[in-house]
Amino acid sequence: MLKRLDEFLVGETGLIKKVEGEGRLRRRLFDMGVTPGAKVYLRKKAPLGDPLEVTIRGYELTLRKSEACLVLLEMEDAK
Amino acid sequence: MRRFALAGNPNCGKTTLFNNLTGSTAHVGNWPGVTVEKKDGVYKKLNEPIAIIDLPGIYSLSPYTSEEVISRNYILDEKPDCVINIVDATNLERNLYLTTQLLEIDVPVVVAINMMDVLEKAGDSLDENVLEEKLGVPVVKISALEESNLKELMEVAYKASHKERKGQSILSNKDLNHLIGDVSIAFKGKKVDNPLFHAVKLVENDEIETKMHPDLLPMVEDFKKTFKDETFGDDIEAIIADERYNFISKNFSKAITRHEKSEGKVKENKSDRIDKVLTHKVFGLLIFAAILFLVFHLTFSENLFYLGGIFKANEVAPCFEGSIYEGLFWTDGGINSPGVILFNFFDMSFSGIIDATSGAMSAGLGEGHWLTGFICDGVLSGLFAILGFLPQILVLFLFFSIMEDTGYMARVAFILDRIFRKFGLSGRAFIPMIMGFGCSVPAMINTRTLADENEKISTIRVIPFFSCGAKLPILVAIAGGVCEVFGFTHVDLITYSMYVLGIIVAIIAVLILRNTTLKGDAAPFIMELPQYHLPQFKSLMIHLWDKTKHFVKKAFTIILASTIIIWFLSNFGWNWHMVEDMQDSILASIGMLLQPLFTPLGFGSQLTAIGWVFAVAAITGLIAKENVIATFITLGAVAVAYLNSGNVDPEIIAAIEADEEGVSAVVEMIRATGITWQGCISFVAFNMLTIPCFAACATAKGELKKGTFKYTLLFWIIASFLGAGFTYAFLSCFSLSSLAWALPVTIGLVVALVITFIFIFRLKKKEEARV
Repeated sequence: MLKRLDEFLVGETGLIKKVEGEGRLRRRLFDMGVTPGAKVYLRKKAPLGDPLEVTIRGYELTLRKSEACLVLLEMEDAK
Repeated sequence: MRRFALAGNPNCGKTTLFNNLTGSTAHVGNWPGVTVEKKDGVYKKLNEPIAIIDLPGIYSLSPYTSEEVISRNYILDEKPDCVINIVDATNLERNLYLTTQLLEIDVPVVVAINMMDVLEKAGDSLDENVLEEKLGVPVVKISALEESNLKELMEVAYKASHKERKGQSILSNKDLNHLIGDVSIAFKGKKVDNPLFHAVKLVENDEIETKMHPDLLPMVEDFKKTFKDETFGDDIEAIIADERYNFISKNFSKAITRHEKSEGKVKENKSDRIDKVLTHKVFGLLIFAAILFLVFHLTFSENLFYLGGIFKANEVAPCFEGSIYEGLFWTDGGINSPGVILFNFFDMSFSGIIDATSGAMSAGLGEGHWLTGFICDGVLSGLFAILGFLPQILVLFLFFSIMEDTGYMARVAFILDRIFRKFGLSGRAFIPMIMGFGCSVPAMINTRTLADENEKISTIRVIPFFSCGAKLPILVAIAGGVCEVFGFTHVDLITYSMYVLGIIVAIIAVLILRNTTLKGDAAPFIMELPQYHLPQFKSLMIHLWDKTKHFVKKAFTIILASTIIIWFLSNFGWNWHMVEDMQDSILASIGMLLQPLFTPLGFGSQLTAIGWVFAVAAITGLIAKENVIATFITLGAVAVAYLNSGNVDPEIIAAIEADEEGVSAVVEMIRATGITWQGCISFVAFNMLTIPCFAACATAKGELKKGTFKYTLLFWIIASFLGAGFTYAFLSCFSLSSLAWALPVTIGLVVALVITFIFIFRLKKKEEARV
């Protein structure tokens, strides 16, 4: 089942299946490495719950929930 | 001269490499038409000198920020002889993404794998031959920080720059490549340079490309109709991005050999541990507040760490006692902070210079010669008043540069974004605003980091509302004067209320701007959080030196000219003769002309005949806010003469001039002009909210897009008249005795009002979204 990145809990990992949205915003996500097939680990949420910090392609990226909800992922099975 | 351009992601060590290659030859300017910094310098260690151009740090050649457009246009239009693509070895995957795009341009490319020292320290190794083979361009391993292999890099680049190179695409999808091939042939037919690059971008549906070549779009559209990818459908954008990343992960996993230990689980490194504390759920905001307080404390405090209560100045050994530097390190209040020590040092040296010059000139030209007044009161004191602030601005700048260089600033944006989004700004906008409490000039320069143009304009417009260091003297003097004349006891209440007023007006102004003329949701917030690292001394110093040059240049041009003009206007009458009484000067008549404008604000026509001093002080404040109180002190004699029907008691004048805070001057002014206390506070509010000083205006003009500066000026004028007028009208409902409780209550009410505002705007937006 696909889950949106903004619904992830801290510490969860997933594989990107689809990136929604359009235009500049979507291109930016691609440019920053948020593409289908990339593995995302939700590292932390900001003190006020938003934005999020994720590890992707070996670096730390921050994005708001409003952008994160465009990213659909397949949950990785918990150990 | 051959030109090599440095291109790479932000935080890849590009600036360090640039500094080490060019040394002292670096020159900082702005790119034509935009204010993104342009740096160029010369590399001299090859047979011929090479011009090095440092392009802004970018993630991609797609036009997302103005920096990306600049880099793209530079490489495409200016055709450098070679592009050196700096790649962070510790983050190859994302860094090489830009490389795959650069390769599509018809320009010699050399890839410099930077931060090899960090990679090797972790026990990993990298085979550049594998990368070289796959990328088809030379690859050199370097460490910009340790300056290793830089000569080799430049030699390889020099060699490469002599060979022509055709753009190459790493995309492997057969159908897509067929289309790209066709489109690039069409581009060639149109005699467009870099056909491959343009073709790929057009197929990617790039905004710039589709606008420039709409005639070729049907080719892509037709193709899309027949094309279906198994996973992505006809989403060509996604396919291309995916192919780029696939190409990278396929080849870079071969090139890099991980040390056994670092393989598998990602270990928590030092940077992660620091981050855990600094962005902690509970303590993150508190730590940030503490750091901010410390920065301002170290820059502006005259009672360092509040040790004044423990160490008394008279108990420690007197330092420079009796010399002009008395009070440099400490006063009775306590020990001075580094910023204040530097400020005092400059200030005292400057007044020493002025005294010496005036002494020497009086001896040579005779007492009271106009030239002495011109040089000392006009030129020197005006110039030094501005230069005197340089040390504190630099100290503040140093702290903010350290926060930026270490990677903490990005976390600040991360922590605060949630709050700022409510006002339609991103967390990034907080930094320039808070810097505004120190000085608007560096604050406005800092807005360069904001991606959204409307967000940048709104931020620049409200920066002056965050009361800067030079506005504090106005507050202190007038609040002091009001208390003395009208018998009010809470000086600090007035001062704090004025600071709060500035912040509230800023919030309201941003809300209004972002919902009217500068509409727009908060710009998307997609940002890299770089690893923490120690700041580098060398780059910090280069940074500070650039700022110093910038500031000094301004002081000697705009500000020098304006001080001369003001001096002239206040000392000459319309008959072009020097006046005895400033009452007859050109400045006074201009003041009288403008005086009625300030009537609704409480310091206009309702005042006595010399009420024009308030108008004049407001005008001189446009040059530098320090001028406001300086004007009162200079014109003190006028007030005294008016009060005592022409008799000027030299003792009172001496007392006014000796009181550097200007309270006694203000007291005389209040008595002479008959201004009410409401008018006084309204005058402070006006100065807080009106057009900022010359230096800040010049900076704003430079940072803003062409044509928006005049509206910004208008905005400041409106804001100050509305703000001060409201303050005056509002305060007129109170008697002074009720003020002590009325002010806090009012501030509470206004804050509540602002919160309601936010909710209304948000509700409206939600409704719009639903429709």
